[in-house]
Amino acid sequence: MDAILEMRSITKEFPGVKALNNVSMKVRRGEIHALCGENGAGKSTLMKILSGVYPHGAFDGEIIYEGQPRAYRGIAETEADGIIIIHQELALAPLLSIAENIFLGNECASRGIVNWNETRERTAKLLERVGLKEKPDTLVDDLGLGKQQLVEIAKALSKKVKLLILDEPTSSLNDADSDALLDLLVEFRSQGITSIMISHKLNELSRIADTVTVLRDGAAVATMDYRSGRVTEDDIVREMVGRSLEDRYPPRAPKIGDTAMEVRNWSVRHPLHSEWLSVDNVSFNVRKGEVIGVAGLMGAGRTELAMSIFGGSYGRDIKGEVWINGKRANVSTIPRAIKAGLAYVTEDRKGLGLVLDQSIRRNVPLANLDAIAQNGVVSEAREQAVAEAYRDKLRIRCSSVEQETVNLSGGNQQKVVLSKWLFADPEILILDEPTRGIDVGAKYEIYTIIRDLAAAGRAVVVISSEMPELLGVTDRIYVMNEGRFVGELPTAEATQEKIMSLIVKTKEEPQHATSSVQMESAHG
Amino acid sequence: MADATLANAEGAAAPSAVAFIKKHMREYGILVAFLAIFSFFAIATGGDLLRPFNLTKVIEQQSFIIVMSVGMLMVIVSGHIDLSVGSVLGFIGGLAAVLISSGLDYRITIVVCLAAGALIGAMQGFWIAYFKIPSFIVTLAGMLVFKGLTLGILSGSSIGLPAEFKSLTTTFVPDLFGDFGKTVLGKDGIGLHPYSRFNTLSLLAGIVCAALIAFSAAYSRKLKAKRGVVDEPFSLFVIKTSLICFAVVGFGYLLAGWKGLPNILILMALVVGVYHFITQHTTVGRRVYAVGGNEKAAKLSGINSERLTFLVFANMGFLAALGGLIYAARFGVAEPKAGETLELDIIAAVFIGGASMSGGVGTVIGAVIGALIMGVMNNGMLLLGVEIQWQQVIKGALLLAAVIFDVLNKKKAT
Repeated sequence: MDAILEMRSITKEFPGVKALNNVSMKVRRGEIHALCGENGAGKSTLMKILSGVYPHGAFDGEIIYEGQPRAYRGIAETEADGIIIIHQELALAPLLSIAENIFLGNECASRGIVNWNETRERTAKLLERVGLKEKPDTLVDDLGLGKQQLVEIAKALSKKVKLLILDEPTSSLNDADSDALLDLLVEFRSQGITSIMISHKLNELSRIADTVTVLRDGAAVATMDYRSGRVTEDDIVREMVGRSLEDRYPPRAPKIGDTAMEVRNWSVRHPLHSEWLSVDNVSFNVRKGEVIGVAGLMGAGRTELAMSIFGGSYGRDIKGEVWINGKRANVSTIPRAIKAGLAYVTEDRKGLGLVLDQSIRRNVPLANLDAIAQNGVVSEAREQAVAEAYRDKLRIRCSSVEQETVNLSGGNQQKVVLSKWLFADPEILILDEPTRGIDVGAKYEIYTIIRDLAAAGRAVVVISSEMPELLGVTDRIYVMNEGRFVGELPTAEATQEKIMSLIVKTKEEPQHATSSVQMESAHG
Repeated sequence: MADATLANAEGAAAPSAVAFIKKHMREYGILVAFLAIFSFFAIATGGDLLRPFNLTKVIEQQSFIIVMSVGMLMVIVSGHIDLSVGSVLGFIGGLAAVLISSGLDYRITIVVCLAAGALIGAMQGFWIAYFKIPSFIVTLAGMLVFKGLTLGILSGSSIGLPAEFKSLTTTFVPDLFGDFGKTVLGKDGIGLHPYSRFNTLSLLAGIVCAALIAFSAAYSRKLKAKRGVVDEPFSLFVIKTSLICFAVVGFGYLLAGWKGLPNILILMALVVGVYHFITQHTTVGRRVYAVGGNEKAAKLSGINSERLTFLVFANMGFLAALGGLIYAARFGVAEPKAGETLELDIIAAVFIGGASMSGGVGTVIGAVIGALIMGVMNNGMLLLGVEIQWQQVIKGALLLAAVIFDVLNKKKAT
């Protein structure tokens, strides 16, 4: 069998941790090779080695590419050989056009003078190949995440890619965009382009992957031939976590009490375009001990709803009432919202959740500093005790609580953000995409935390784009679309089809309000 | 929660000294650099640097820079910059001179000037915090405005200040022990300066300070051990602490050979101590670092970042005013050109001390050491007769080197 790539006995150590231990992996020419594993299993590190981010000499082991041993010293050399990596965080310049981005550093130019006509023509061809209907001159900033992802791929194609590496390409895409992307990879396969894809979404893998390699704790534990048809999702999960997960959601017996929070007639305008209603007359409630879900497509206005309730941290001209425990609550600023018993766990943990260059110890008490201080003087002993208690309770994997949060894996970062809000001791928690980009094992742990919070009498609101997740952890589901709530279902009666049909039905109706979100979903 | 306070195995076994220094290169680098530069000039000047008279002069020269770099550290940690401090210093000096010459009591003048400084800082902070005008622009404007106003209130000429005002910074703490040193040690001005009497208080203060430092270091190490987070090897701890104690006692001894403890040293130590405590041990300090590290995350955690930014600038204005009073008192005159380009020295001191341009990183102690490095270099080069143009070049190179060192270290760590 013709292997385009072989990585042999790769070992990579960071101070104090062995990220990869003697990992070997073989990729056949023209296949889609999936790389799975829990957070911190070493997937990204392995791909960074392959793409030259960690140069030859910074690790042990051999890379055989196209039959030759290679010693790459940097990304420029791997790109010259047709190995292109697309990172999870997209690396596009937002204020440049699509064409400028695609040919950035690789301009169609002679003697330093850019040939813009050629640039546009070639861009148009590349955009056609990836199925993106946008003009080459459109600014990247004006594109949604899904389209930006396609621009990245078009950029890779412009470099004569032979081996395309995608690090969780669909983690922030909605279903339609994900499908389009996966179809594209299949299309590339027929053109002879080999892909390596890191993903947590097992249903995607079963759709397109030919081979699956599973990493666990820095070692390659299994390589499975997906095309044989004998590999199931459960097999992969078992290899990833080293045990079999009987159920992906923890069992629960809800004890639902009185209404904890009621939101009435909530409307929010877009912060920049005040003619757009991001949230349009939404009312809902959540009771003590209850977990409610907010379903919807990306851009339906769910994050906008949550953040506007949480101290008006999104939007303007916010109208409506919030009642907590039967009393009208003042949530006009974030400190007031926290005082009223609210907590909002952001979907953007790196940008909005953590102070990345500070330790776990200093991040955990941030929303409730007064609780570890006396007369404004912080007790470090207390701070550490708190951080360690949450480390143990939520099983945050780290060398110690002194570790900087920037060095933690996604799931563990999420647990630190959760710790911060648990320490603030809220009555109502709004969790925005709590499991985005984290692996199966950590997801289960997050679900368990959600269950325990409800069991302790707190009200939990889960915003999620993954419908199985909502069906698995909630008691009641609201469906949101284009800024409005379009349906409410007890989870026991809900199915993915029912939710989807609620979303689709409202889409067909004529709209009276326009929102930025609408524009996005209308295109998408 | 109780079990979490128990010592865990990780902390109990401290790593080797070499590994530890490597890991904490950023913190130790600055200290080692200071020692190296200090030793170099001490030797190169044939001990002139260490002469009590000269050391006292270095303290006086750097006093206002140190006071202001403490404020600047907080500004930079919170993710901003203040270019106006040099002009504010000059303006406050001018204001003080005008008020005193109009017959106002010098004590009231001081209070008025400090309040004026805080108000100036607050005004700039208002635009920066609540209207999100970049601090670079607001304080650049402030720099021009206050330079102009200084010229205006002084009518373009210099105004002398009375002796009682000058005495604020040029006097020394009286030696409580009188001739004790003379009678016990049996000599006048031991060796280093033949014209002065040995100041016992100064030596004693050095010893007491050293003892306090050693005690508090040991105490905080003990607390850390209790929490199981001692990561500094014992050998290194002993070496570091005894070096610092030795330096403090030696410093006190050297000062004893001139006029003893300058008042200004006490004031400076007070400012540094208070702000070190605020930044490291209070909720306000925590919040400043959090806002500088990730303002959005801090805001979503319920931290009022606007008010904090506002206060940081008001505080900077206050400390710039304090610096202005010290400066005016030291030179005994308010002049239109006072404080020109001083903001650059202060900002340089903070960056040499390990603060990061992007905010969230830096310490008061680091900034103070940065200012001391600049002071020792200025003084040392002066003593060696290095020409002024080369002094500038060397200082610039040092700033660049310090930041390069810092950035490389950070890269290695991640």
